[in-house]
Amino acid sequence: MIKKILRKSSLPALAFVLCMTVFASAAYAAGAKVPPPQQHWPHKGVMGTYDLAALQRGYQVYREACASCHSIRLLSYRNLQDIGFTEDEVRAIASDYFVMDGPNDEGDMFERVAVPSDRFVSPFENDAQARYANNGALPLDLSLIVKARYGGEDYIYALLTGYAEPPEDVEIPDGMYWNRYYSGHQIAMAPPLMDGQIAYSSGRSASVEEAARDVTQFLAWASEPHLQQRKQIGVKVLFFLLVFAVLAYAAKRRIWADVH
Amino acid sequence: MAASKQKKSGFQNPVIRWIDDRLPIFTMMDKEYGAYPTPKNFNYFWNFGAIAMVMLVLMIVTGVFLAMSYTPHTSMAFDSVERIMRDVNYGWMLRYLHMNGAHFFFIAVYIHIFRGLYYGSYKRPRELLWILGVLIFLLMMATAFMGYSLPWSQMSGWGVTVITNLFSAIPFFGDAIVTWLWGGPSVGNPTLNRFFALHYLLPFVIVGVVFLHVWALHVSGSGNPSGVEPKTKKDTVPFHPYYTIKDTFGLTVFMFVYMAVVFFAPLALSHADHFQPFDPLVTPEQIVPEWYFLPFYAILRAFTMDIVFPFTGWITDGGIVFTAKLQGVIAMFGAIIVLFFLPWLDKSPVRSARYRPAYRWCNYLLVVAMVLLGYAGAQPAEGTMLWIARGATAYYFAHFLVLIPLLSRYEKTLPLPKSINEAVLKDKEEAQ
Ligand code: HEC
Ligand code: HEM
Repeated sequence: MIKKILRKSSLPALAFVLCMTVFASAAYAAGAKVPPPQQHWPHKGVMGTYDLAALQRGYQVYREACASCHSIRLLSYRNLQDIGFTEDEVRAIASDYFVMDGPNDEGDMFERVAVPSDRFVSPFENDAQARYANNGALPLDLSLIVKARYGGEDYIYALLTGYAEPPEDVEIPDGMYWNRYYSGHQIAMAPPLMDGQIAYSSGRSASVEEAARDVTQFLAWASEPHLQQRKQIGVKVLFFLLVFAVLAYAAKRRIWADVH
Repeated sequence: MAASKQKKSGFQNPVIRWIDDRLPIFTMMDKEYGAYPTPKNFNYFWNFGAIAMVMLVLMIVTGVFLAMSYTPHTSMAFDSVERIMRDVNYGWMLRYLHMNGAHFFFIAVYIHIFRGLYYGSYKRPRELLWILGVLIFLLMMATAFMGYSLPWSQMSGWGVTVITNLFSAIPFFGDAIVTWLWGGPSVGNPTLNRFFALHYLLPFVIVGVVFLHVWALHVSGSGNPSGVEPKTKKDTVPFHPYYTIKDTFGLTVFMFVYMAVVFFAPLALSHADHFQPFDPLVTPEQIVPEWYFLPFYAILRAFTMDIVFPFTGWITDGGIVFTAKLQGVIAMFGAIIVLFFLPWLDKSPVRSARYRPAYRWCNYLLVVAMVLLGYAGAQPAEGTMLWIARGATAYYFAHFLVLIPLLSRYEKTLPLPKSINEAVLKDKEEAQ
């Protein structure tokens, strides 16, 4: 029977599998630059889950080292409860920010303290203001940055740790920095992390690599907050389909027994 | 009464019988999906029609639910899709099912089309059935293209810009047509609005054409791998339970692969630039269509030389030019149009490639050409890639317009089995 299947359909079937792989890899090759080295991430892999402690530290890094320039406008403060902050902690975090609200009964807009249901408050009013404050470069919104870059987490980590002195023959204009992994190597973002800049609540201060790892994981969660639920449901779905396929195959053999 | 004169249906259940006497829908279902005599020698390639049908239904169901939370406005579309991903209950699942559903729908349909080519399913008496199929393929491409524009991402917006701009290659009216397609001076809100309206509409048009496709199938009867038509009862089995169970099994395996992608690698087939909002001022490093368009995209870009007609300088400055862009557009659409004429290009009386050794190899070459085109379509059109695309394009057209007509005259075909039953018995002998 195997022989029969092979003879009848293997060549075209193989061709199609080949087709798919080639297309997928071609699409990826199209976006590549200096490929970022592959790292191990706890949330990758079939059963990988987010490391909540790392996400919480990552939020701290974002807040202290990135939030002055980059918004994450698609997250709400209440979402932080999903990574292990308590309701009170979230309320306290939100209350550090002010948002515009209104109009009130008298028709006036007013400023109020942010509440957990508010979206993350952006550092700038609009893109023009953000550019003005950054020598014309736009610090983009980080809500989806891990999905919006080829290489995902590996690229973000590589970018944050990829700053170095430019090679001898390269002139870097004022306000630009050399980065091994940025496309074209010249980026308008100053190295955002420094050794010892962030003091974790454990009392230890983070190295650039540690802070980069943590903030990258936080940004991965911000891009794909339902990853864990997705994988949990996925396992059940695949298990069901597997059992069903076996039953369907057995039934098929039975029914076809008198024909074969 | 007319009803009482007719032969009563044999259904036991009184409700079903009551309905069936007035509207014989159960009789029809029984005839078309129960008793429908089906060749008994289908291989697993024959699963993909049913699989495509299930995918169509799945796309419509997930699509309707997505549409309930989607906002077709340029300033809100991207965020509304993200709201579906983050805040709508199981919205991420709906979107990943729909997004990857499009990929797997195309996988199923490409295999289905290849099956048709390989086993000569387009030949008399199934020409119209084949033509309806090609029409479905065209409608699917239009639907997927417009659907891809809806999240209004960088890739959406730039994809729309590139593809709609193709129409500007049409002489004289090109620019006017493009403005008309856009509904304004540039790709903008009217464009997104009409694309959403059409993306909602076209799948239902597809359902209509699928209905005709299946109707035509049930008039001519199914083909089979031997290419010999059923002659006696020995050659066929009733559709139910034989093929209902076989389709169930095939569908389940297909679903397993599809669900593995949806739940464990939902972005495996998508582009990073699809996760950034559209910015008309920032061009992505490379604008790459979805994989199912890549072979045709490569054909489009394989043409790079303007042709100037000699001695036409007196008509317009520089003479009349057959632009590379227009050549590419004609070739790209031509690559699909040629499929409509296939039943008349191939006059060989033998259907199945099993008994046509030379045609069989041409078919494999066609797959190779499609893979090469697909690969080239994702790369910048320059250097060796461009030459590969040109070579594969040449083969694609030569395959349909030269090789097939020649083969149908000169090919030495192998002897056909007398009947399907005989073909099956022979296979069994060989397998032992
Ligand atoms: C002083 C402002 C500032 C701070 C603080 C800052 N950035 Fe940036 N960032 C920028 C600017 C400006 C750009 C745009 C760079 C360009 O266009 O060359 C940028 C770009 C980026 C990019 C996009 C790179 C690409 O591939 O396009 C990422 C990712 C990023 N920043 C992450 C971070 C992270 C993570 C932090 C905190 C650890 C951070 N940034 C802190 C200003 C800042
Ligand atoms: C032939 C069937 C269909 C195909 C091939 C198809 C294809 C697509 C594709 C490729 C996308 C882009 C997905 C993404 O990148 O996120 C999309 C999005 C969308 N489709 Fe469809 N679709 C089909 C049917 C439908 C139907 C019937 C509806 C509505 C009734 C619908 C509603 C939507 C909506 C609202 C979106 C935007 C949300 C999103 O991007 O996920 N689709 N479709």
